[in-house]
Amino acid sequence: MNYFPDEVIEHVFGFITSHKERNAVSLVCKSWYKIERMSRQRVFIGNCYAISPEGVIARFPELKSLTLKGKPHFADFNLVPHDWGGILYPWIEAFAKSRVGLEELRLKRMVVSDESLELLSKSFVNFKALVLVSCEGFSTDGLAAVAANCRFLRELDLQENEVEDHRGHWISRFPESCTSLVSLNLACLKGEINLSALERLVARSPNLKSLRLSRAVPLDALQKILMRAPQLVDLGTGSFVHDPASDAYNKLKATILKCKSIKSLSGFLEVAPRCLSAIHPICHNLTSLNLSYAPGIHGNDLIKLIQHCRKLERLWILDCIGDKGLGIVASTCKELQELRVFPSDPYGVGNAAVTEEGLVAISAGCPKLHSLLYFCQQMTNAALITVAKNCSNFTRFRLCILDPIRPDPVTMQPLDEGFGAIVQSCKRLRRLSLSGLLTDRVFLYIGMYAEQLEMLSIAFAGDSDKGMLYVLNGCKKLRKLEIRDSPFGDTALLMDVGKYETMRSLWMSSCEVTLGGCKTLAKNRPMLNVEIINEDDQIDFSSDDRQKVGKMYLYRTLVGPRKDAPEFVWTL
Amino acid sequence: MEKQGLELEITELRLGLPGGGDNKINEKKRVFSDISADEANATNDDRKIHTKSQVVGWPPVCSYRKKNSFNEKDRLETSKMYVKVSMDGAPFLRKIDLGMHKGYSDLAMALERLFGCFGISEALKDADGSEFSPIYEDKDGDWMLAGDVPWEMFIESCKRLRIMKGSEAKGFGLQPSGALKGISKNDK
Repeated sequence: MNYFPDEVIEHVFGFITSHKERNAVSLVCKSWYKIERMSRQRVFIGNCYAISPEGVIARFPELKSLTLKGKPHFADFNLVPHDWGGILYPWIEAFAKSRVGLEELRLKRMVVSDESLELLSKSFVNFKALVLVSCEGFSTDGLAAVAANCRFLRELDLQENEVEDHRGHWISRFPESCTSLVSLNLACLKGEINLSALERLVARSPNLKSLRLSRAVPLDALQKILMRAPQLVDLGTGSFVHDPASDAYNKLKATILKCKSIKSLSGFLEVAPRCLSAIHPICHNLTSLNLSYAPGIHGNDLIKLIQHCRKLERLWILDCIGDKGLGIVASTCKELQELRVFPSDPYGVGNAAVTEEGLVAISAGCPKLHSLLYFCQQMTNAALITVAKNCSNFTRFRLCILDPIRPDPVTMQPLDEGFGAIVQSCKRLRRLSLSGLLTDRVFLYIGMYAEQLEMLSIAFAGDSDKGMLYVLNGCKKLRKLEIRDSPFGDTALLMDVGKYETMRSLWMSSCEVTLGGCKTLAKNRPMLNVEIINEDDQIDFSSDDRQKVGKMYLYRTLVGPRKDAPEFVWTL
Repeated sequence: MEKQGLELEITELRLGLPGGGDNKINEKKRVFSDISADEANATNDDRKIHTKSQVVGWPPVCSYRKKNSFNEKDRLETSKMYVKVSMDGAPFLRKIDLGMHKGYSDLAMALERLFGCFGISEALKDADGSEFSPIYEDKDGDWMLAGDVPWEMFIESCKRLRIMKGSEAKGFGLQPSGALKGISKNDK
């Protein structure tokens, strides 16, 4: 390729879009590295502490789109203290100082302040898309700044964030000249919304394809909004409660009939089941349905709804659907690719739950299924073996048995054989979460068969260091390993310290690793940050290295220990 | 209920590898039940009913979802819902806070503890499968067989509970809908 001019090579590289492939291309030779970095527009940083913002800017001066992830995954489950880190501001500051023309910013589990949103909105003239997932630290004031200053905003997508609501009318801050919106997701906002301002905004956004409303938007407002946006492809309703005999409801029914393009439906944060018949006419086009925030839809109402949805490819629901309901899904949704079943009552022992029966039915009825998240009361080896036979296409398999050390209730055996069947059959498996009673044996299977595995989540599993060693030795593509409450200690941790530089991160909490073990690991490893989270002053650093470490998070990095670590985080 | 030496130990169900009965396994890891027992004991003594729900971060549902899906349940949990409970043959009535319980099984265990008997959980699962018939008086004054409707609906409508025993219960000829013949507000 050296006899082609650089512009030709650059043009060819333009067709290579995936991050993995571009990274691979940059490693071929110096000339390709240079051409690739000067033409790279989209950069993905899985751990914001692996590199500095200045480093990113230096290498990719033409970057337009940045994705950043902050806190470790277990932060979702309250295992990481509140001010651990993952702060956005230094990134915006650095980018603002540079000449980078940032257009898109996608963040996950980061702390985003109003100041950073304001600086962002004022620093990048062509800023187009802001996607915040599971972030916190900002209020509607920050959103107001984005609305007011980003003149070409196309996408404002807020997913599952903790947003402080200051009752200013931030929606009204979108200027009349802003007509470029394509996607607006407000579902996680809790406060009042200026409904007429929202309606006017929708009316002047002819390209709006995706709109997800918050709980504060009632049914009659939904009707008015839909009148303005019959071209919507993705709709999230807010409150769906009304008297089915009313005019407003009948108007809504008529308006929905005009929305022939809706393929994705979510919301129903508050719902009166009697109103659901209004959406039946659009169900036959749906490819994606998310009812996981709608505990008000259950029983026959839920079944009736699903029976209309023959084209579903993605379904997120609560476990109140029950095994029978999953049977209906299996016979109706033959195109199903992704299923998530969330617990509606995580602590209860009540009627609302699914078991292995539901999963077996789905695996038998939905041959295209490749992504699963399944919270259930119980699971059996026989069921998992059947599922593995029926569906060998899984790329993501996350099983959560509500009692995490529950054995197979029929045989009282651990679930090693069941999960073993899954990893052996699903050769493309990239992500796996385990639960139930599990011994070292399951890890033997994982090490042997899960060749493509990139992320593994372990809780209350295994008997000895051997378990963890099987995984570290066997899974060559492992990038993220997170372990809690399992008996893995220093021997496993220290067996192959070079392994961690091939991975993004390792989390171990309530395991058997000691302070001494962590110190040994950290020694002479400038490319790794080994952080101990020391809540409540559990660890006394001056004394005994034999103390067990409550929470350890280690990750590879190019920039050494982070400077923003709070006092309870110790980098060894 | 007293253990009679070896016999019951052999039939006792344990978590662990078969053929072992080793305690070595359990010593190496902090078993889930140990953790939840620690945390349950550390908190409210009034909540004598052991719930496995106290472990931090389990089940792994992200905190945003926890706060936003289960609103109804949280609301119900904080309100006090004391109702009278009578058991046939017991000299005194008791009171129980329905809001403190997560479901029928939980309630059944609590009732069994209150009255020092067992068989109530079986009754809730299978009306014919036990000598007990747990019934409740609902908002309309009708006596209903407990266990038919979802838990949330039950605790909203239950005004008092009665655990009928033996032949007296069977004699009423329970109807499939759960409403008992022969008992209505007019009979009281």
